[in-house]
Amino acid sequence: MTAVVSAKNLGLTFRTNDGDVVALSDVNLEVQPGEFVSFIGPSGCGKTTFLRVIADLEQPTSGTISVNGMTPEAARKSRSYGYVFQAPALFPWRTIEKNVALPLEIMGHSDAERKARIARTLELVNLTGFERKFPWQLSGGMQQRASIARALAFDADLLLMDEPFGALDEIVRDHLNSELLKLFAATKKTIAFVTHSIPEAVYLSTKIVVMSPRPGRVTDIIDSTLPAERPLEIRETPEFLEIAHRVREGLRAGHSYEQS
Amino acid sequence: MSRLERILAIAAALFAVLAIALPLGIRGDAVVMSWTGVLSVAWPVLVLLLLALFTLKLPPLVSGLLAVAGGAVVLFELAQFDSAGWGYWALLATAWLVAWLFAERLSARLASGAERRRWLGMLVPTMFGLAVLVAWEAGTRGGNVPNVLLPAPSVIWARIVANLPILAADFQQTFLKAVLAGYAIGNGVGLLVAIAIDRSPFLKRGLLPIGSFVSALPLVGIAPIMVMWFGFDWPSKAAVVVLMTFFPMLVNAVAGLNVTVAMERDLMRSYASSYWQTLFKLRLPAAAPFIFNALKINSTLALIGAIVAEFFGTPVVGMGFRISTAVGRMDIDLVWAEIAVSALAGSVFYGVVALIERAVTFWHPSIRGGTT
Repeated sequence: MTAVVSAKNLGLTFRTNDGDVVALSDVNLEVQPGEFVSFIGPSGCGKTTFLRVIADLEQPTSGTISVNGMTPEAARKSRSYGYVFQAPALFPWRTIEKNVALPLEIMGHSDAERKARIARTLELVNLTGFERKFPWQLSGGMQQRASIARALAFDADLLLMDEPFGALDEIVRDHLNSELLKLFAATKKTIAFVTHSIPEAVYLSTKIVVMSPRPGRVTDIIDSTLPAERPLEIRETPEFLEIAHRVREGLRAGHSYEQS
Repeated sequence: MSRLERILAIAAALFAVLAIALPLGIRGDAVVMSWTGVLSVAWPVLVLLLLALFTLKLPPLVSGLLAVAGGAVVLFELAQFDSAGWGYWALLATAWLVAWLFAERLSARLASGAERRRWLGMLVPTMFGLAVLVAWEAGTRGGNVPNVLLPAPSVIWARIVANLPILAADFQQTFLKAVLAGYAIGNGVGLLVAIAIDRSPFLKRGLLPIGSFVSALPLVGIAPIMVMWFGFDWPSKAAVVVLMTFFPMLVNAVAGLNVTVAMERDLMRSYASSYWQTLFKLRLPAAAPFIFNALKINSTLALIGAIVAEFFGTPVVGMGFRISTAVGRMDIDLVWAEIAVSALAGSVFYGVVALIERAVTFWHPSIRGGTT
């Protein structure tokens, strides 16, 4: 079984006017099919940059990375991932169904195919009945769900999510988290998920990658022992708290040699 | 009742008293007083009565009807004397103030939500337009202003009606041919060049300065040259319009093509979307508000350009040609008739573009009235 994402000694240095910024340094990681991998760490630890490297939105400056056994560029061109951004980024001149249809139009799906996929993905994210609404007529949580539907519409096996619920309040976030787990179970996709919330990472993931800044690097990789079936109450069990504790330790270790 | 409304009502009452007391005008050797005619005394008395009766609380529509009646009386009285006296100007002032009071009260009610019939809002600009026309008519005829300086609206209207075939031919020559053709080509080329500039950094450095250079050329210098190149008929005017409309569209479209944010472009990139797909599905729709801005600016620029261009050589038809020859013959009424036609055409043109804009960019916060 080939790894969905395989990074070896990956490094990325941004050249800025203030000198070089090392965003990623010596990252080694494998993501297997069907895994839900969370990337957690403080801002500047390179978790978003790593996701963008997978998506071929940034170019690494050292090391190698393959996505589905290809270069990230080839993977992007064969449309092998769906990307969910921090903001919904829905086009305001398109209705919800037209927004979900956007990637399908670009990839040249037939009309009937489009209709079927729109109906199916909107149902997956519980937005049936809102097809004809415009994004600005929906709440922030619904907009983000529509953007997830858009990323799912063309059935890529890999879903890249960059703090998709970061801008939402905690109640909506809890709700969307449990919906995301259901979706993960129903679609059997591989998900890479960037977050800075420890409970969110532990609750969702089968694997947690803890990262630390300056330079951005991986400090710990934790395989979750939680069962696949996870009610929201699982967050109060000792098992959950133990994993959360280990994540917190990993985050602290990354900061240990800082002056603060 | 606001302070302004109270001041307006009191001023209206004062002028009504003056309109009754002072001489309306002079006819032959006789002085015409307000009580010489029935209407000239009845209307100011009615104003006084109503203002007193309702102690300044006139319902808006009553004051509206009163203002319309006042305007009618002002126009009617014009026939009663040869030259106007102070009483007549007081009468005009009264009518103006009553109309103002109406507009003020109606807008206050609309703004506070007390009045739910939104179409009534149309009455305010209508009333203002009528008031300007009445004051213009009364001022020019009552004050015996020579036609060469400023003809009365009724004179201009009579001229329009009498010269309909000429005006129609001019309109067709200048607007339907030169303006529309030039507008379509100028905006079209401006948009295409903006896309070309956006596509290639080389063109950005080369074409944008040339665009601004072309826009800086003076109209009076360009127009005769275009006549040399494209002949006397409308194509040379259309060419001037093309040059005038090209640059506003270019600048706006270039700005509009750059309004998309990095996240939206990353999204399209993640779909491996081609340049043209991204252009048509993301960047052009996002640029639409900018493009319509240019279309609106150009709708009025185009008409000005075509009319002025006709001053520099034209066949014997066209709005600019008519204006320049009519001025030469001191036929100022005809000049005003052409001005009225071009003002109407320009406003309708602008209005149509604005309506299309509302339909196309319905999603933009400035039109749907929301945030982000």
